[in-house]
Amino acid sequence: MALSHLAASASRSSSLLKPLSSGLSLRRSISGDNSPLTVETSVPFTSHQCEAPSRSVETNPKELLTFFRDMALMRRMEIAADSLYKAKLIRGFCHLYDGQEAVAVGMEAAITKKDCIITAYRDHCTFVSRGGTLLEVFAELMGRQAGCSKGKGGSMHFYKKDSNFYGGHGIVGAQVPLGCGLAFAQKYSKDETVTFALYGDGAANQGQLFEALNISALWDLPAILVCENNHYGMGTAEWRAAKSPAYYKRGDYVPGLKVDGMDALAVKQACKFAKEHALKNGPIILEMDTYRYHGHSMSDPGSTYRTRDEISGVRQERDPIERIRKLILSHDLATEKELKDVEKEVRKEVDDAIAQAKESPMPEPSELFTNVYAKGLGVESFGADRKEVRATLP
Amino acid sequence: MAAIFQGVGAAAALSSSPSNSFDSKKFVSSPCRPFSVRKGASFAVVRSDGRVNLNPKGRRAQQLISNAVATKSDSAAASSSSKPGHELLLFEALQEGLEEEMERDLRVCVMGEDVGHYGGSYKVTKGLAKKFGDLRVLDTPIAENSFSGMGIGAAMTGLRPVVEGMNMGFLLLAFNQISNNCGMLHYTSGGQFTIPIVIRGPGGVGRQLGAEHSQRLESYFQSIPGIQMVACSTPYNAKGLMKAAIRSENPVILFEHVLLYNLKERIPDEDYICNLEEAEMVRPGEHVTILTYSRMRYHVMQAAKTLVNKGYDPEVIDIRSLKPFDLYTIGNSVKKTHRVLIVEECMRTGGIGASLIAAITENFNDYLDAPIMCLSSQDVPTPYAGTLEEVTVVQPAQIVTAVEQLCQ
Repeated sequence: MALSHLAASASRSSSLLKPLSSGLSLRRSISGDNSPLTVETSVPFTSHQCEAPSRSVETNPKELLTFFRDMALMRRMEIAADSLYKAKLIRGFCHLYDGQEAVAVGMEAAITKKDCIITAYRDHCTFVSRGGTLLEVFAELMGRQAGCSKGKGGSMHFYKKDSNFYGGHGIVGAQVPLGCGLAFAQKYSKDETVTFALYGDGAANQGQLFEALNISALWDLPAILVCENNHYGMGTAEWRAAKSPAYYKRGDYVPGLKVDGMDALAVKQACKFAKEHALKNGPIILEMDTYRYHGHSMSDPGSTYRTRDEISGVRQERDPIERIRKLILSHDLATEKELKDVEKEVRKEVDDAIAQAKESPMPEPSELFTNVYAKGLGVESFGADRKEVRATLP
Repeated sequence: MAAIFQGVGAAAALSSSPSNSFDSKKFVSSPCRPFSVRKGASFAVVRSDGRVNLNPKGRRAQQLISNAVATKSDSAAASSSSKPGHELLLFEALQEGLEEEMERDLRVCVMGEDVGHYGGSYKVTKGLAKKFGDLRVLDTPIAENSFSGMGIGAAMTGLRPVVEGMNMGFLLLAFNQISNNCGMLHYTSGGQFTIPIVIRGPGGVGRQLGAEHSQRLESYFQSIPGIQMVACSTPYNAKGLMKAAIRSENPVILFEHVLLYNLKERIPDEDYICNLEEAEMVRPGEHVTILTYSRMRYHVMQAAKTLVNKGYDPEVIDIRSLKPFDLYTIGNSVKKTHRVLIVEECMRTGGIGASLIAAITENFNDYLDAPIMCLSSQDVPTPYAGTLEEVTVVQPAQIVTAVEQLCQ
């Protein structure tokens, strides 16, 4: 997006800083290029009932830089949402995704906008990776008209129909049957696309998940169930909630793959593999081993059921943005300063979006009654005088 | 389990209650209301060839009939071959409606337990799997929560599934999906998604089916915002409502009744739908308005015979639309008769009758000469013993007594 403008300024500075090889100055521009690069994932994949894909992931500088920028944007967005919540501009529930950005970004890199994604309530970053704008995010969080659901949905109800993002669901586990329904519709229309139905380690114990998995396997649906295992179902650690925390194995006859969810490239590889598999052989389960830095939601400090050392330990060793940053620097794709500039720019973008969102008005009172029913075909709420049911607001 | 169901259902329907084998048209005596009389309301009518017609004043009468009331019946002595239309049972009417809609729109599919190869536990989907294939008529495992969710997910993309609950009571397991996802998604997504799903199934008190298989789910679902609920009672309105429900962009829950599947009636050959929000005038009258729906309509009509002999003139309205209520038709009736009796099968607490009392009192209190009376089922789990079960639901004798009391 703003990358081309950045490229113009950065390539000048980069060629100044590194006069070694003017021939290589093109490759050094921050916008990156498509020359192939092979990177090894941090850990090998563990598989269940299938052959694990290879550890070597094909990528290119442009993609890595895009990963960095997108994840930095998401991180900044979530932290900004934290501040807005504390300033009481966001109310109710706010579930933050920071720490888990690699899953959203890696998944998006492996698929097209015709594939469907459906997730639970920790959906801000997935919405952005599907093409949602920051203005829509912040406006919806603050309940304004410019929000993606016109301010009527809130944090847990982000949807983007035109890029096949089906939300945004508050009830734990209920989105998985919906996701299998999306896969059914894809099979019905012979689309050759797949559905990624995301859920957490807490939702993995829901019965409807296994019901939906059974039906998907029976009917050979292109459904990919992705367990974002951040090891805590709100305040309950996974070993206290699940007798078998090997969520990728729980499909039994359905193959599964365990992936390091903090490594965007591993996620990308796994999702690509899963898409190919699902189109040929039906459902597959992916378990993303990931971590959230914030508590379950804004009302949860996140430190009563885990130690601060654990959180900072993961941040030191496995942070997804740091991993990509190290990769970029070690492969000489950009300088430290350039990356810091990207982060500054992203911060500004977020601040601008927040300012713009704050200016968006609250929904009109009449919006209370719109979108309850779809209009047309003579469907109108009949009131006592055969007109639409009217209510007078105080 | 399904086999037992079918046996019980069939046997029960053919047994002692006289209401089941009645030709329901005998009680209908009001002429058709012309379609274009509605003032100010503009709406679109979907014709049988799929074209959408706005304000169809100029349409030919044969193409699409959407009036609320079956035509006035001729004398029963007329031979069947000279009468227009064809005769069939209620479950066949439902099947016909479903089949026609599946032919008309490729996006319509059916999901449910034993709807495919078995033909449906009440034969509503009989023959459809052979005709349309396994991908359009889907046998699901016994997993109401997830297959309802899957139907809703498919509807979000534009498919038009018809989800069958083998008995409405089983849909309690899918309550979360129906309430949160089916009803609310159109609103919480700011209008991005519509959920054109139809959820249907038999409910109501049957013939000694036991407490868990005799539930009236309309009382539990009525608060869910965003859904529409209709209850069919005759083959004519069963087919019409089924078709309208499938064509509607909104989620519609179609309540059928276990004991009404074998009702026989003559229905038109041509394509028609019944308006989802409209009530049906079964018998116009002057003295008292009796509001009812589904099976209780027949108990009311049976009581009406006795009442007419006693000199009363009840106006019987089959409300059909349980959510939203057709307050226009109901209101006009209340303004005429000034007395209301509600006869329903729901339990007294929190039932459709309770909501109807509230709605009528709020809107038409000035027109009432007496407090509204509501006859509902007892607030008990439906017992197995036949004599107890009979007392649980409203019987015609009680209706007669209530009218006499109301009209004093």
